[in-house]
Amino acid sequence: MPESLKIEVIPEGTVIDHIPAGKWLKVIEILGLTEPNGGTLLIASNVPSKKLGRKDIVKVEGRYLSEEEVNKIALIAPMATVNIVKDYKIIEKFNVEIPDEITGILKCPNPNCVSNHEYVTSRFHVESREPLKLRCHYCERTIEGEDIIGSL
Amino acid sequence: MDWKGRDVVSIRDFSKDDIEFVSKVAERLEEELNERGSLDYARGKILATLFFEPSTRTRLSFESAMHRLGGSVIGFSSASSTSVKKGESLADTIKTVEQYSDVIVIRHPMEGAARLAAEVAEVPVINAGDGSNQHPTQTLLDLYTIKKTFGKIDGITIGLLGDLKYGRTVHSLAEALAFYDVKLYLISPELLRMPRHIVDELREKGVKVYETTDLEGAIPELDVLYVTRIQRERFPDEEEYLKVKGSYQVNLEVLKNAKETLKVMHPLPRVDEIHPDVDKTEHALYFRQVFSGVPVRMALLGLTLGVL
Repeated sequence: MPESLKIEVIPEGTVIDHIPAGKWLKVIEILGLTEPNGGTLLIASNVPSKKLGRKDIVKVEGRYLSEEEVNKIALIAPMATVNIVKDYKIIEKFNVEIPDEITGILKCPNPNCVSNHEYVTSRFHVESREPLKLRCHYCERTIEGEDIIGSL
Repeated sequence: MDWKGRDVVSIRDFSKDDIEFVSKVAERLEEELNERGSLDYARGKILATLFFEPSTRTRLSFESAMHRLGGSVIGFSSASSTSVKKGESLADTIKTVEQYSDVIVIRHPMEGAARLAAEVAEVPVINAGDGSNQHPTQTLLDLYTIKKTFGKIDGITIGLLGDLKYGRTVHSLAEALAFYDVKLYLISPELLRMPRHIVDELREKGVKVYETTDLEGAIPELDVLYVTRIQRERFPDEEEYLKVKGSYQVNLEVLKNAKETLKVMHPLPRVDEIHPDVDKTEHALYFRQVFSGVPVRMALLGLTLGVL
């Protein structure tokens, strides 16, 4: 796939590149784009990538990402890059970053955790980034791998 | 470290210096108690004990500690007699109770409840057990007991026996022991092994950890055997409980191969995991361990209230 096509096909919006192959569906779920909501949504899956071997790309027309959304994407696609496009040009490009603390995004998988019963915002501390390991601020259990994706 | 107003939620919030400081203060208070009978550091202060789940000994230990400091106690010992039954949130209960008290002790069946209470309350909150997560004051009194008995913690070999999966006391104790140069034998039925993340963490911190199901094989190595009850109430499935019920019993026969100096500890209550014959031997340390709860909890109450 030529590079120009990847980024210039939408006039305005966001291109999320370097998503691990097969994770595009999770990305659009995180962004709430599983239903048509105005702009064009373009998905390229299993694209050859120097960095990842194979990757997915998601292009969202007319939509810019909040910090919270970027952080969510970082949990499933830590190598992802976000390109902000205006007038067919990339005006900003950045890597997603996993913050030290993740609030309000994940639901604690421990059914007996107080955060699943009381009116509180979920909070997780990042114990390690590679591999990603999070610790619930409340019940102190750690979650890793697929459990993190399942808790989004 | 300024202790006034500090919450005691998880042993993970403590440094080795914190643990040793509490131990020193507890030792001082124990000596003062022996000399004077009762103290008056907390005169005019009120402790609220909020026990959403039954626990006679931890509650009585905190109440005794507050009385021995000269303070007074209010509280409840089961959620069924409170507004929680009417649907009140934990946060609202805490915000209400803090209007009546200077320090709160909470026991709650949900993991993380003490952390939430501490975030909501202006007064210090002490965790007396949250689900199968943490029981930090038990850990502090366990460490205090070991230190008083052996004069040190570094260099000893400790066996944790029984329900290592659901037992919060052994989770907290293992995490705290990671500050010291100890060897740990984790002895349990396969079904009740210590959670993997705790074992990994201990190893990452350099603790020599041996996991086994064989109590008799491990016992000659040990300086301390810390026994826990297999807690029927924590099992999601009765059948799983029946498979492991009565897996181990520490009796005179088992102790034949132990070091003469081996001490047996238990957070109590026990059911059948330590035979009463052991009580009469020099190995039994569990009642002394119960006593340690009072000076350690006096230290924590006094420090968090800012009166020591």
